[in-house]
Amino acid sequence: MNVFKQEFHMKIKSIIIWSISLAALMIFYMSFFPYMEQDSETLDSIMNSFPKEMMQALGVRAGLSLGSLMGFFTLTFTIMQIAIAIQSANYGFSILSEEERELTADFLMTKPVSRKKIYLSKFFAALLGLLITFLAVGIGSLIALKLFNGGSNYEVSHVFKLLISVPLFQLTFLSIGMFISLLFKKIRSVLSLSMSLAIGLYVISSVGEIIDSDILRYMTPFHYFEAGVILKTGEYDIQLFLIAVSVIIVSLVSSYLLYNRRDIHSL
Amino acid sequence: MGIIETNNLTKYYGKSLGIKDLCLEVEEGEIFGFIGPNGAGKSTTIRLLLSLIYPTSGQVKLFGKDIKKYGPEVRKDIGYLPSEIFYYDKMKVIDLLKYSESFYRKDCTKRMKELADIMELDLGRRIEDLSYGNKKKVGIVQGLLHEPELIILDEPTGGLDPLMQQKFFNLIREENEKGATIFFSSHILGEIQALCNRVAIIRDGSIIETADIKTLKENNYKKICIIGDNLKTEIFDIDGVTKLTKEDYGFRFFYKGDINPIIKAISDIKIRDINIEEPTLEEIFMHYYE
Repeated sequence: MNVFKQEFHMKIKSIIIWSISLAALMIFYMSFFPYMEQDSETLDSIMNSFPKEMMQALGVRAGLSLGSLMGFFTLTFTIMQIAIAIQSANYGFSILSEEERELTADFLMTKPVSRKKIYLSKFFAALLGLLITFLAVGIGSLIALKLFNGGSNYEVSHVFKLLISVPLFQLTFLSIGMFISLLFKKIRSVLSLSMSLAIGLYVISSVGEIIDSDILRYMTPFHYFEAGVILKTGEYDIQLFLIAVSVIIVSLVSSYLLYNRRDIHSL
Repeated sequence: MGIIETNNLTKYYGKSLGIKDLCLEVEEGEIFGFIGPNGAGKSTTIRLLLSLIYPTSGQVKLFGKDIKKYGPEVRKDIGYLPSEIFYYDKMKVIDLLKYSESFYRKDCTKRMKELADIMELDLGRRIEDLSYGNKKKVGIVQGLLHEPELIILDEPTGGLDPLMQQKFFNLIREENEKGATIFFSSHILGEIQALCNRVAIIRDGSIIETADIKTLKENNYKKICIIGDNLKTEIFDIDGVTKLTKEDYGFRFFYKGDINPIIKAISDIKIRDINIEEPTLEEIFMHYYE
């Protein structure tokens, strides 16, 4: 437990900041909805004048109008997803590489503790951090929808379905980050890497929509957890979820194997 | 039973060699010196002992147990002090020491306080505010607080002032008297001579000699430089003088053996200056190659 506690302790500030900011951002964005709704007809006509591809790139594609509550919530939630992806990838890139970068690995790994235990402790500490952020985003979303629904009705069960998919989404980015971090000898800038990964995969999913390419879509987790689709249908695409689960398992198992036999170099 | 046994231990970093076919045996209760120039493979060996890196081939046994199988278990009884100290900057000294303690299933508070007192370490300060020497003290305390049976020191004295160095050496000697085995790596011959019973000399990844410290002391070379005018070569025709070279200003040579005959010989002639130095490690190695 001591490594887990230490890891969680090192991340606690970041976890709190991410959680509060994302929940606040959610409520802030949604607070614009009542004004959008008032002018929904004008808005729709503007939107319709834009090329279809552009709308798709913005994540508004499942036939939901920006003037409708679920349409606007889709757009907002997609922005949340990008942020959540950055945070998850950030933890993924950092947990196994930070001790090496800060050269504290020499301290930790010469203690009577196995690599396996270090790996698991760090993984679960990061996971707990992400779950806290997930709860904050979830609660923020529910509050925002309650306060700023502009009188529209919405399917609470669909919203729940979307929210419950978030931990799997987080795990995907966490595990990919962990795996990639072990392919490098030394990771210098965790933040820029995690932003590139998250934003890069988002761009791939947008491009995939625009040019209607299945190959591109399957390459990116943003497609597996598309807010618009889940909100509209209230259903998960099991096939896509299975892909996500396989990505997670493969990343976690291979990073475990790599970490176990990794050489920790000094200066 | 050897406390440390390595069997044909070899480590390549890609294509470049770390150490090759290293066989080492350290007995219980020894203070074992491990000396060699920078880049000879000292740190590589130590990192292999601690499973920070894994061997290309060969085997390490600590306390008679294969570390591949029993890594965490054997590390319970090891205290390690790295040459460069880095700790979680935002932690206070006491928090780091408590974290360190949490890995061992025993109460180390008393020993921790004692060690901190001896090393004059302020437990309430943040690690990032500490000087290099003070960080080193943190390293010493965290490495010793669980009263390990094997203490591995990798160039431990850098950054400590002479007084602290002395205290540290005394501490190591005390631990040794209590039964701990010490593995002491250094590139400073004087330290090794002061502390160790036995010493292994490593160069280019291989051990070139393992000797009792007494033998090394008998091979106590001096590097002597005599400055004067009209000095004759015959004066230095004494047993123990090697590598006599004539320079513009006088003579340079190495001397091994009883110091008195050479002093006597020099006192008979008129010189301007004399310089007697310990040879550098490199120069001692040169002798080992002869």
